[in-house]
Amino acid sequence: MTRNLIIGATLSSLVLLAALVSFVWTPFDHAAMNIPDKLQTPNVTHWLGTDHFGRDIFSMIMVGARTSIAVALVAVGIGISIGVPLGLTAAARSGSWLDELIMRGNDLVFAFPSLVIAILITAIFGAGAVNAIIAIGIFNIPVFARITRGASLSLWQREFILAARVSGKGLARISAEHILPNIANLLIVQGTIQFSLGILAEAGLSYVGLGAQPPTPSWGRMLADAQTMVSFAPHLALIPGSAIIVTVLGLNLMGDGLRDWLDPKLRVART
Amino acid sequence: MIRYSLKRLLSLILSLAVASLVIFFVIEVAPGDPASFMLGINAQPDTVAALRTELGLDQSKFARYADWVTGMLRGDFGTSYTYRTPVAGMISDRLWVSLPLALYALILSTLIAFPAGIYAAARRGKGGDMAVMGATQLGVAVPNFWFAMMLVLIFAINLRWFNAGGFVGWDSGLWTGLHSLTLPAISLALPQAAILARVMRSALLDILGEDFMRTARAKGLSRRQALWRHGVRNALIPVLTIIGLQFSFLLAGAIIIEQVFYLPGLGRLVFQAISARDLIVVESVVMLLVFSVIMVNFLVDLAYAAVDPRLRSRT
Repeated sequence: MTRNLIIGATLSSLVLLAALVSFVWTPFDHAAMNIPDKLQTPNVTHWLGTDHFGRDIFSMIMVGARTSIAVALVAVGIGISIGVPLGLTAAARSGSWLDELIMRGNDLVFAFPSLVIAILITAIFGAGAVNAIIAIGIFNIPVFARITRGASLSLWQREFILAARVSGKGLARISAEHILPNIANLLIVQGTIQFSLGILAEAGLSYVGLGAQPPTPSWGRMLADAQTMVSFAPHLALIPGSAIIVTVLGLNLMGDGLRDWLDPKLRVART
Repeated sequence: MIRYSLKRLLSLILSLAVASLVIFFVIEVAPGDPASFMLGINAQPDTVAALRTELGLDQSKFARYADWVTGMLRGDFGTSYTYRTPVAGMISDRLWVSLPLALYALILSTLIAFPAGIYAAARRGKGGDMAVMGATQLGVAVPNFWFAMMLVLIFAINLRWFNAGGFVGWDSGLWTGLHSLTLPAISLALPQAAILARVMRSALLDILGEDFMRTARAKGLSRRQALWRHGVRNALIPVLTIIGLQFSFLLAGAIIIEQVFYLPGLGRLVFQAISARDLIVVESVVMLLVFSVIMVNFLVDLAYAAVDPRLRSRT
């Protein structure tokens, strides 16, 4: 195991743990306002201080982790469940009109940054965490489709695939039984990276008001609330920002570490 | 090259046509009638009907789509529902903030990333490389709008070197204008610079293993000379592609950064338009952003093919 993988997995597990624990326990009720205790800096009672409504920031960060993880995770799920089959199909029928259609469709979706998709969705349905999930999810589809197709194409030239074809297996069955297991590592690594990008995107969307709406706590919205108070209460911005950085850094390190660990070629090269 | 360009041009037109269809019909299913929204809940039905006719809302969807597209080709984006002014004018006013901001950020990110990436590649595996890679790892993880808030806290509120927000306009001089876009541009450039530095480093490392680099060394060039004369030049091809792609992301990213600095750019325009249900403005800004992404990709492809003839036969 590489050092990156250990550090990354530790940081990511901490955030995940905070999110899971928040379902059963938080130091305070994350939504309870307590104006007399407002804008406290970190202290013994409120470990990370309180915000302008006197809400406990540590509790809000814990519950906010839920929102970030849920949005990013479901968005990666959307990307994988739609993008991977598309990529597999395109590779299996490489060069056909179907391949061309899928790849051109991909290029088209790729031309819509997730922020733009979110703007469009918000214009129709109004803002909300679900929009953020859909917007980031749609953005993930071409990412997974491309990487799946690219990796599958070279596999289709290999002898063991030829053997499977000779034995009478159809394209779909070969894709599922032989291609997919062989690109799974790649997809796991990409999934980790898209997960971290999803956390960043969710924070950005919530910050501009296109993501999670009150009372759902979200790191991005905590930052938006903090903006006007940053001059006299910088901890309101520092803490949610650090939470985002730690999570994204952890996931990225984990992705790098996983890539080194799962790729046998690199392992041989190193030893 | 001509055949390739024509083929790419055809695919460009097709992409733009499909993108415009998608955007128009997505906006079209948005609930709520702009005319009744503008007039409020107490409006008389005949007033609403008159306004619908005035805005062209009583025509069929396809007629309105055709109007929209042919209008855009002439530079006429329609009339804003809320401000009753031409959308094209509103957008071009805002573009004078968003476009220079994105360009400024692109230049900054290149100026940071090139030396950092080249330095890291030249010192592969050593302390300097590890430091640069560590910094880029952090740079990728920092949300740009949070970084922007920190810059405001340090350089505007504490040191008072810059304004915390707002834009003075270009009328007060190029220098003053650039000065008020500096903090936004830095915060926009940082994560992009981190990505670009990584691309520069890995492109250079790929090149350093090539035979022609060994030949260059064998001819008697020092490591440094070989790196600059043959390495950096060849690494520029993949790096330029990423720069091209980054520009469109910078333009979209500028939308979020504009919120931090209260800049009157495309971002503020589109958010105001969303809350006022000024859908024609939303539609046009989105189309413009998507157009710029597709267009930049097209130009990068062409530039790529011009530099590397092998690519022309591939599609």
